[in-house]
Amino acid sequence: MCLGIPGKVIEIDDTPLMRMGKVDFGGIVREVCLGYVPEVELGDYVIVHAGFAISQLDETEAFETIRLMQEVGMLGEEATPV
Amino acid sequence: MSLESILAQFRDPDAARALAAAIRTRSTRPARLMEFCGGHTHAILRFGIPSLLPETVDLRSGPGCPVCVTAAGDLDRAIALAQVPDVILTTFGDMIRVPGSRLSLAQAKAQGADVRVVYSPLDALRIAQETPARPVIFLGVGFETTAPMVASTVLAAEAAGVRNFTVFSTHKLTPPATRAILAAGEVALDGIIGPGHVTTVIGAAAWRFLPQEYAIPCAIAGFEPLDLLRAILSLVEMVEQGRADVTNTYARSVRLEGNAPALAALERVFEVADVEWRGFGVVPASGLALREAYARFDAARAFPVDVPPAKELPGCRCGEVLRGVLLPTECALFARVCTPQNPTGPCMVSAEGACAAYYRYGERI
Repeated sequence: MCLGIPGKVIEIDDTPLMRMGKVDFGGIVREVCLGYVPEVELGDYVIVHAGFAISQLDETEAFETIRLMQEVGMLGEEATPV
Repeated sequence: MSLESILAQFRDPDAARALAAAIRTRSTRPARLMEFCGGHTHAILRFGIPSLLPETVDLRSGPGCPVCVTAAGDLDRAIALAQVPDVILTTFGDMIRVPGSRLSLAQAKAQGADVRVVYSPLDALRIAQETPARPVIFLGVGFETTAPMVASTVLAAEAAGVRNFTVFSTHKLTPPATRAILAAGEVALDGIIGPGHVTTVIGAAAWRFLPQEYAIPCAIAGFEPLDLLRAILSLVEMVEQGRADVTNTYARSVRLEGNAPALAALERVFEVADVEWRGFGVVPASGLALREAYARFDAARAFPVDVPPAKELPGCRCGEVLRGVLLPTECALFARVCTPQNPTGPCMVSAEGACAAYYRYGERI
């Protein structure tokens, strides 16, 4: 139910009633409500649930998380030598 | 490096093995962790995470499957609404096959009710606009992730002057259910894996009551293998240190304060109510009802239906599974009588149900 899929915003339509747009999910394009992510701009990534973007995907955090996990990975290897 | 390639790294097998090794190295004390979210349960089993963990770490599924926790009485009421002449009842796909006391929505549809599956509540509003002569009811199921979308749809219906669209709300709130599990004390928990998309909406700060009131750590997690392993490592570290905090291992989506516009819409349309959960009974202040100002969008008020008292599903132990007390494999019906093809109860029907996950991906090790 709380499925959230990341996709790239490729079109924004700022209608007065509801901010809508189109999001590309790896080749599949869907109409998505962008009303809850007013800061999002073309080319940004969002996480979409039930036709609504619920967050802007923070690229810096994504990079940082991977970097941190690589560090943990190295620690793990040091701790369990094979 | 593109964002796509970064996201792909959240499934990197070498990094997953290294994180699992770190968990095995650091975990010395028993740590029973509950993943609240049914999406987490499925991801954990699909990626085989239990097989990577030491014996000290015991993962338990929680009540985070909205379809599963919908009370039989609410489902019976939704089915009765679908049977009102001319009504088009719309809902998410998972709800259709869940057995009510007498019928499922799918069976009601086979008997002539107009039941339609939608991807988004906005699709239900579109159906209402296209068929103005017929009442269109959206059966609202889901937690804080979904309720703002339904709130937005009600606001859009109001703005567009749509008069044939109503919502039957069975929306529920996740922190009160977590409290109910901890207060009942049936299962001793050492940590909670916080739901990533609920928390995207409500904000990580909403889980601070876990360390503050229950001295239990909480790690908010995403849905990729590395997200889950990182959350488990964070919880194991806190258990080892005897420390309880909220950590956010899904920072690419979850912010401390959540999504303010989504919360504002939710607050505008809904008010907190005492509601019944399958397996829990009535949990105080754990659900969402439409506010008086939006009463004309409330299907429960627009279509008063008489529903006989709900009957429990014979032999089904979903309630205990939802409370983390019973593993699906400990139910006598599991995989013998109750299968995804012929489910006895909702935990085997829903794509997020713990029984469906155990059936599909095999027993946990």
